[in-house]
Amino acid sequence: MSSNNTYSGKTYTFNHGVHPDEFKELSSQCSIQRMPFVEEYTLPLGQHIGAPSKTLVKKGDSIKRGQLIAEPGGFVSVGLHSPVDGIVSEIGIFSNPNGQVLPGIKIKTDPYSPQKFNEQPIDIDKLDTKAFIAEVQKAGIVGLGGAAFPSHVKFAIPEGKECKYIMLNGCECEPFLTADHRVMVEHPEEIIDGILILNKFLGAEKAYIGIEANKPDAIEKLHELAKTSDFPIEVIALEVKYPQGAEKMLISAILGGEVPSGKLPIDLGVLVANVGTIMAISEYFRKGKPLMERVVTITGTAIKNPANMLVPIGTPMSTVIEYCGGITDDAARYLLGGPMMGSVQKSLDTPVVKGTSGILILGNNEVKDFEEYSCVRCGRCVDACPMFLNPSMMGLLAKKGLWEEMLEYNVMDCFECASCSFACPSGIPLVQSFRVAKGFLREKQAKEKAVKDS
Amino acid sequence: MEQIRKISVSTSPYLKDAITTPKIMMTVVYTLVPIVLISIFYFGLAALLITLTAVFSCMFTEWLFNKPSDRLQSLKDGSGLITGLLLALTLPPGFPLWMVFVGGVVAIGMGKAMWGGLGQNVFNPALLGRAFLQAAFPTAITTWSPPDGRYFGIRGTNAALPFFQGESIDATTGATPLSKMKFDHIGTDLWDLLVGATGGSLGETCALLLIFMGGFLLFKKIIDWRLPVSILGTVVILSGVFYLINPEVYPSPVFMILSGGLLLGTVYMATDLVTSPMAPKGTWIYGVGIGILVVLIRNWGGLPEGVMYAILLMNAGTPLINRFTKIRTYGH
Repeated sequence: MSSNNTYSGKTYTFNHGVHPDEFKELSSQCSIQRMPFVEEYTLPLGQHIGAPSKTLVKKGDSIKRGQLIAEPGGFVSVGLHSPVDGIVSEIGIFSNPNGQVLPGIKIKTDPYSPQKFNEQPIDIDKLDTKAFIAEVQKAGIVGLGGAAFPSHVKFAIPEGKECKYIMLNGCECEPFLTADHRVMVEHPEEIIDGILILNKFLGAEKAYIGIEANKPDAIEKLHELAKTSDFPIEVIALEVKYPQGAEKMLISAILGGEVPSGKLPIDLGVLVANVGTIMAISEYFRKGKPLMERVVTITGTAIKNPANMLVPIGTPMSTVIEYCGGITDDAARYLLGGPMMGSVQKSLDTPVVKGTSGILILGNNEVKDFEEYSCVRCGRCVDACPMFLNPSMMGLLAKKGLWEEMLEYNVMDCFECASCSFACPSGIPLVQSFRVAKGFLREKQAKEKAVKDS
Repeated sequence: MEQIRKISVSTSPYLKDAITTPKIMMTVVYTLVPIVLISIFYFGLAALLITLTAVFSCMFTEWLFNKPSDRLQSLKDGSGLITGLLLALTLPPGFPLWMVFVGGVVAIGMGKAMWGGLGQNVFNPALLGRAFLQAAFPTAITTWSPPDGRYFGIRGTNAALPFFQGESIDATTGATPLSKMKFDHIGTDLWDLLVGATGGSLGETCALLLIFMGGFLLFKKIIDWRLPVSILGTVVILSGVFYLINPEVYPSPVFMILSGGLLLGTVYMATDLVTSPMAPKGTWIYGVGIGILVVLIRNWGGLPEGVMYAILLMNAGTPLINRFTKIRTYGH
């Protein structure tokens, strides 16, 4: 079910990987719509990786759209802003899409407010790098690809290292998702502008924008715009292959070579950021708009009207689904993010958070339980693994609970892209068991360290 | 009141490739069907009886040696069926059926179940079964009745009673192209080798069909192209060298490839997923090893044919090869 229109020029890629059905045609041509304001918003304080934000408001406070309602709780933490004019109705603990129950702020929307946001650009000429990073942190900007890692931490280049290349990730290699695709097609100017703002403080040599070949319209638009820029920006078409959007795979595809185990892209002089994140940078510095809404793909085979929506952070997922016509009787699985790495939801009463790239409702057809057969050592998982691991061997070890032996097979290098489980003809839960193994090994290492330190 | 909906919760991924292990196994079975048919064409009812006996024996043993809860699944995965078919295809047409049954029990029982079932065995089960038969019944397994156009006659000693070798009911026993070459230095017509009009085991004679099926399995990516290339390449080069040195004594590379069980073994047994190495480098070592052993045994061994032992020996080396050809992890 690959899309009919693909980019016909030269494409680059990494070694190994898999080719799942794309399912992108469900929503790839749906323009971004604005989600109407709803009565109530729930904003968890820990939507990002790192320390949760600290509340600045109390119950009953009247707040404005875009107002900072929680400040960063540390360096690896970001600010949080109100998506609407309204009143803080409750500060308590609420269920979060990740399954946890976490502290958060509940806001009751002011029904009479026009919900207008006063745009106020920030003068970037007056900022030095330190002030820029503080601004990005205050703006609440996190990686919008799904990991929600605070962006300013990445932008703060460690001493002794330099950023040679800014690499924009527009792969969107997860099946079904089209949010980044629509952002690139509808907001290419903001993306290029975001690169230029960022580069003012990073002083890179060149920027790359990596886009999978199934988005020829995005490639073309950004390519045309990039040509007009004084700063060298190259749009690279990438082969449609999963997990092309993984940071390491993107770097290998564009620059060649590999990111050494245990090192970060910045050790190679590369800074990778999602296209949506870079657009958020432009929105903040040109219009003063903090990260209070994001583009979310609402799709799947069991949703009535698939769409790409600009959703205020904190909107209950159920209202977004309702707006898209609701789910069909066939609905059998709710997912956040893509089908390869996304997380399952037991209900839709949790809010959209900064890391929500897609809401996916799958029908019974896609929700089959796979019968598990013995491993026949066919090696399909070995050919699939982009990290060149041996999932077959690790799977056999995991089955016996030999976690420590798995270390010899470099299980800790696995970034859980799930290509192995996708490829396995015997339906063995490979990546699922590696998650367990990694968790166990991490816990054990932490314990050993604690014993050593005491 | 809202309707209660059944929602599936599990961890990602939520998509899976369409290929499944039973599908892989069944594709192999489908490619074996024409080979069984052509063996029936050449060797008549005897070939059919041997095939049915071997398949029944393997499936029965599979069923017997599995836990009751695993029985259905172990039959469904199709691996027992393949072992049965392959065992039959390596046997001579006049082989007593009771021995075929014993071979099937040994193939699955000692070749697979004893190791812990599918995926755990070191040796190819069908070849292990055949090796057992070769050791236990050396005369019966080297008695070849040639194709003679009789479709319904039972041949040789097919009907021998258990624990008896049986008296040959027809006097015609022939030789295989390999034994003729080895012991009498008489070649066989190339065309006969290609179409399979020679003496030999049921499934090994028709070279053309085996080449075609091998090509199909390669196209379907069920077998690794490195294996046929490395095995056949090694055999051609090595036997070619000896042929050039002394064509009087040593057979030509073309004869080497087309005669005996080399093609059957290359396409269906050396490529056994379970017992061949996983990494590309290991696959090359394994394939070249088989090629060398085949030429050594055929040219200087006591037996005219060496494919079975060559593959079994390299099977034994597979765990070691896997250990020394670990794939380099990204970024290491």
